[in-house]
Amino acid sequence: MIKLHSKLSLLAGENVDLGFLTITHDVNLPRSLAERSALISSDVDGIPDYFGCLLRPKGVLAGNKSTPQFLLPEDLMHLSEGDIVKIASDTLNLRVLYRRQSHQNSILLTERCNHYCLMCSQPPKNIDDSYLLDETKELVKRIPSDTHEIGFTGGEPTLYGDGFIDLIRLTKSYLPSTAIHVLSNGRAFQDIEFCRKYAAIDHHDVMVGIPIYSDDPVLHDYIVQSKGAFNETVRGILNLKSLGQRVEIRVVIHKQNAHKLVDLAEFIARNLLFVDHVALMGLEIIGFTRANMDKLWIDQFEYKDELSRAANHLKNNGMNVSIYNHQLCLVNPDIHFAYKKSISDWKNEYVDECKSCLKLNECGGFFSSAVQNRYSDNLKAFKN
Amino acid sequence: MSKFEVIEFFERPSESNYQLLPFSFDRLDGEKYILTNQAGEYITMDRMYLDKFINKKLSSTSQEYIKLRSRQFLLDETNSIAPELLALKVRTKYSRLSEFTSLHIFVVSLRCEHSCPYCQVSRQSEDKSAFDMSRDVALKSLDMVFRSPAEAVKIEFQGGEPLLNFDLIKFVVAEARRRNIEFKKNLGFVIATNLALVNREILAFCKENDVLISTSLDGPRDLHNHNRPRPGKNSYEKAIEGINLAREILGKYSVSALMTTTEASLSRPIEIIDEYLAHGFNGIFLRSLSPYGFAIKTKTYRAYKTAEWLEFYKKGLDYIIQLNKQGIPFQEYYATTILVKMLTSREPGYVDLMSPSGMGIAAVVYNYDGTVHPSDESRMLAEMGDNTFKMGNVLTDTYEEIFTSEALLNPLEESITKSVPMCHECAFEPYCGSEPVYHHALHGDFVARKAESDFCSKNMAIFKLLISLMEEDPFVKSLFMRWANKT
Repeated sequence: MIKLHSKLSLLAGENVDLGFLTITHDVNLPRSLAERSALISSDVDGIPDYFGCLLRPKGVLAGNKSTPQFLLPEDLMHLSEGDIVKIASDTLNLRVLYRRQSHQNSILLTERCNHYCLMCSQPPKNIDDSYLLDETKELVKRIPSDTHEIGFTGGEPTLYGDGFIDLIRLTKSYLPSTAIHVLSNGRAFQDIEFCRKYAAIDHHDVMVGIPIYSDDPVLHDYIVQSKGAFNETVRGILNLKSLGQRVEIRVVIHKQNAHKLVDLAEFIARNLLFVDHVALMGLEIIGFTRANMDKLWIDQFEYKDELSRAANHLKNNGMNVSIYNHQLCLVNPDIHFAYKKSISDWKNEYVDECKSCLKLNECGGFFSSAVQNRYSDNLKAFKN
Repeated sequence: MSKFEVIEFFERPSESNYQLLPFSFDRLDGEKYILTNQAGEYITMDRMYLDKFINKKLSSTSQEYIKLRSRQFLLDETNSIAPELLALKVRTKYSRLSEFTSLHIFVVSLRCEHSCPYCQVSRQSEDKSAFDMSRDVALKSLDMVFRSPAEAVKIEFQGGEPLLNFDLIKFVVAEARRRNIEFKKNLGFVIATNLALVNREILAFCKENDVLISTSLDGPRDLHNHNRPRPGKNSYEKAIEGINLAREILGKYSVSALMTTTEASLSRPIEIIDEYLAHGFNGIFLRSLSPYGFAIKTKTYRAYKTAEWLEFYKKGLDYIIQLNKQGIPFQEYYATTILVKMLTSREPGYVDLMSPSGMGIAAVVYNYDGTVHPSDESRMLAEMGDNTFKMGNVLTDTYEEIFTSEALLNPLEESITKSVPMCHECAFEPYCGSEPVYHHALHGDFVARKAESDFCSKNMAIFKLLISLMEEDPFVKSLFMRWANKT
């Protein structure tokens, strides 16, 4: 597990708002770039005074004392060339906003949401955090234009309305070859006018990932804790597809819907055949899930046959299907066509039972949160 | 952390009730009923639940209720999206209508060197001028082809034996391709031939012009040669030789074969299928004989035959399922056509099972003499002297006159199953169609009383068979799903 934020301590210089900083180890960086960079270096001498700040792995002070210098904590030693960070001037909290080496940069746009999902990994807060949107608009200007894909997540990003549309448009302008993946509950798109504005951006590769947890509207509404959500979400998907936009359906599987997966797959294949991708995902033991373990926890082993039937039904209908966040020893071999190693690198781990497994390299492993909280009793290392 | 609501909070308000959305039902067997919605989705359930459902007494938390709601058989406060989903699927199903006629059949010659007893049309004649299509008729027919609004147009050459007039085929292909430079349609060609006269030169032409081959293979050697007599008694040998040569030159998937079930075939479904397997086909169309000639003359014989044919079909399908369980992929194409209608929102465009009928508006036949007919069967009727369906003649009539002729519009109007007595309330209506030519030929009117129609009893039996097979065996359901989706 990689930490994406940590508190710093100021070693020298003044604590001012430094804006976005790009991580570098290159002391010879041209001044114009160095001013916007954070230099990681243990050297004492020879460091010019124009770097945005210095991050000192060993706490030794550099010669020039005018540049702000921070102690680089152990848990941020992973920072590497090209990463983009921001240091809060009041709390000295460093947040990693973009990791150059990662293929899965996901940017939180808001913690507000009109759902209150039983298993939310990012429990919503009713606060004004619109600075996150403003910050993201600046961030996309800094992200290298050869970045393969970025994700926008929340909360519910579309709560910004036109602000969300502006962000997608801006991202298209600054990152014309970067794919965008948006996580949304899709309800905003039930407004065809909003949907048209979104489609009019005409982005070459943007996908909205939208959850449907059940073909039973009551169960879906219960899981997301919002009356009428199912109808609005499905209408949103219909609108998006009617305007030729790419849509992914994301299904988090837990005790409430695990044994009804086949019904959901049949509903999707019959009614929403035209979506671009269906992701069937294991539960992450984090956020609200920990408070609702009694309602949500199910061993993946217990629903492996339903998972097989659902995935194969979608496949038989010609749909693209992926299975995320599952352990290889807990699924049947007949779904390997859909099995993906999906857990973000900074959350992925294995447990003791896995040590002797021969297929560790093919396995997606666990969320760190599962390792800390709960995982299957039925793990079985693959042997010769 | 604020409190989470319990699931009951999201249920339909208890003071309200549900509405029924349009559906039909029928007994499947015993207490088991089948319900179909407007888009052709089905649910099977016991009579007890059906009664409760119709009387609005079904509990909103029961599994049956949840399933009926999910498949748009009922509407309540929680699924306001249902009519939109249903409408979308129905629209998809009927979207083919706007394409209009896509299959254009050219009967380039009635002459044939075979003398199959079940064929109503072929002529044993050396007289080219009497039974061959002329260039003039071909050109006028092409005018009609290119008036069709269809994006995808297929021209199929039939006979008789079309290769007896191969020069005209070459002429039509060249002319159609020339005109298509302007029209830019997705244009394809097929020759329906017994392959007895095929040679490398003909196939080289097919290769060059992307012309596909559709041929006949009725089963093992003795059966095929019994069904399809020709001088030399070697129809089978010629067909197999031709299939192999055509595959070699055109590629394996450019050659398809059709079988016709005759009385002699009825006891041999497995041998027939094995014959197709032996020659590397991936499937077979177990096709009943169009009963025009015989059936009209001997009515009792006809009823007996349908039951026998169904027995034949069932045995064949069982065997094919068994093959798939053994890991040998093989399809039955009539089942596939119906399964597309049962398991997807697509319309496969099989003329006999369309509502309105596909006659004239999905496929049309230009006969050698310039007369235009809405289907192969109707031109056969015309050869027997019944011109009820003759739409006109390319030599004397305009496109508008032909395609809005009473001979086409009247039967079309009566072919909309939603308004046909007995069809409109039939649970299998979404899968079926009406065959005005068939019913006219056998019953004297376009619709007929369905209880007396073999078309109806045959298809009803197949619908029930397919659904029962899927209900009984998850393997079959998964297999049929793959057939329906070509996956």
